[in-house]
Amino acid sequence: MQVYLPIAEMSVNALVILGLGALIGFLSGLFGVGGGFLMTPLLIFIGVPPAVAVGTQANQLVGASVSGVMAHWRRHNVDIELGLVMLGGGGVGTALGVWAFSVLTRLGHIDLVISLTYVLFLGGIGGLMLVESLGALIRGRRAPIRRKLHQHNWLHGLPFKMRFHRSKLYISALLPAAIGFVGGFLVAIMGIGGGFLLVPAMIYLLGMPTGLVAGTSLFQIIFTTATATILQAATNQTVDLMLALLLLVGGAIGAQVGTRVSGSLRGEQSRALLAVIVVGVAIKLAIDLFTPPVDAYSSTTIGTPDHPDTDPTPAGATPAPPSR
Amino acid sequence: MTTIPRSATPKGNGCQAIAANRFRRRLRDLAIGIGVSIAFVAGPAGAQALVADLSSHLIAITTGFTGAQVVLFGTVERQGDVAVVVEGPPHDVVVRRKDRMAGVWINSLALAFDQVPSFYSLATSRPLDLLVEPAVLTRHALDLDHLRLVPRTPVSPEKAAAFRAALIRNKQAAGLYSVAPNPVIFLGQRLFRTSLFFPANVPTGNYMISVYLLNDGNVVSAQTTPLVISKVGFSADIFDFAEHESILYGVASVIVAVALGWLAGVIFRKV
Repeated sequence: MQVYLPIAEMSVNALVILGLGALIGFLSGLFGVGGGFLMTPLLIFIGVPPAVAVGTQANQLVGASVSGVMAHWRRHNVDIELGLVMLGGGGVGTALGVWAFSVLTRLGHIDLVISLTYVLFLGGIGGLMLVESLGALIRGRRAPIRRKLHQHNWLHGLPFKMRFHRSKLYISALLPAAIGFVGGFLVAIMGIGGGFLLVPAMIYLLGMPTGLVAGTSLFQIIFTTATATILQAATNQTVDLMLALLLLVGGAIGAQVGTRVSGSLRGEQSRALLAVIVVGVAIKLAIDLFTPPVDAYSSTTIGTPDHPDTDPTPAGATPAPPSR
Repeated sequence: MTTIPRSATPKGNGCQAIAANRFRRRLRDLAIGIGVSIAFVAGPAGAQALVADLSSHLIAITTGFTGAQVVLFGTVERQGDVAVVVEGPPHDVVVRRKDRMAGVWINSLALAFDQVPSFYSLATSRPLDLLVEPAVLTRHALDLDHLRLVPRTPVSPEKAAAFRAALIRNKQAAGLYSVAPNPVIFLGQRLFRTSLFFPANVPTGNYMISVYLLNDGNVVSAQTTPLVISKVGFSADIFDFAEHESILYGVASVIVAVALGWLAGVIFRKV
């Protein structure tokens, strides 16, 4: 079933998009990550213009995160206090990220910066997670709980200490705010929810219980992606509602399944699985950076071709007048 | 003569009014264009050697749009060959070249072209290079090699040629530039027809279709006729909303996403 996407200006198979949404939604529910880091490359792969892929996907993540949070909410797996503190940093980060994005676009290397950021963040964090979770899996069932092991370092000497009852944490409010800030920055720069960064940061830096991390990060992602959607729509007109709707319907179903499956996975198993996917995407993107492109030349339209309001007559482009 | 839907009258306000205005604008453009094409027909003294028209002057991009085909037909009063050139609304294009830098492929060189046809197709009754001199081909932009593509900044001929070739290659890869996918077919001595195909990713806007009658290596008669490719219905409403009320559109998109997400959460609660 073919559907025309009005903003992307292309025709796609609705079933392919639904399936894509379901797959990403499943991962979203399973790991508590938005799955944006997978969705952007996949959408571009099926031919959606990169700018539209990024803008639309932010919109889709809003809905996916809402249904994801609801499932976690019923299990009381959302730390609202912590999420709100993260959101404070997230708002500042998103605003700053949008500014950085416009500067990078002006400099003309936004594509490269996005690819490099993906490789750097996905590779680095995925690699760390993989090593840690595999280590935990190999050590086996003897000591699955590491909560008591975290030592006091300089992070615990920071001011503005707050008590987060749900997570059983007494830490500086600056820590979650800083994590939210970085997450918000990445939403704007890379067009992703940033869950793959938030989840490990909350586990390793904050020492949050793994069960609460997914719900809390999704809770925060709702608001950062909503902000990103509105900013993208207002500045670039790159949010395709039709595409977002299809992704949402597929994603909503996938997320419910994912959330249920996540209950039957142990923390380190789920982390190892996520790490493998993240590292895989990073390797793929790194290979793309280093392999010679099929065609070294690429064409980009500057200025919109269709503006009947401002330019009704295609002056200068009409063929030469007829000769007799 | 055209197949414009008559139902496009304003029924409500808001989006529909915008869409209706947009449609009226399209109709006006179309009327002007048809007027021009009729003027061409009436212009030359004596009998017109070439008369051609389209099966439709409007391609409506609806939600189910997967590309469209328009039939061009006409008659000639004298012997000759027919060439049909379709040009889409012009836009500016920047072509970039990637080069290896520290192992990574990075966009390094760039060249902008002004007024590049967003769409180009050529159909002929016989291969043109056998029929017509290069100067004539260039004058009427007959064939991709003779397309007028002007670099914005003066550069060396080699660089210009390389980037020009790349631009045409990219456009062909996107299915927007083509030569003779459907040749012009003569039905007897006078009557000819050809099918013009427009893919699903076709740019919207005002198209110009030029029909040439070629004889003795020269163009002996020509006619241009307009074609409007426009989004209509739901996809047009979304596009107009996103274009004119972009912030509101963004907010609405978020609300729709939240509502759908919430709905899914409620539906799956007890499953």
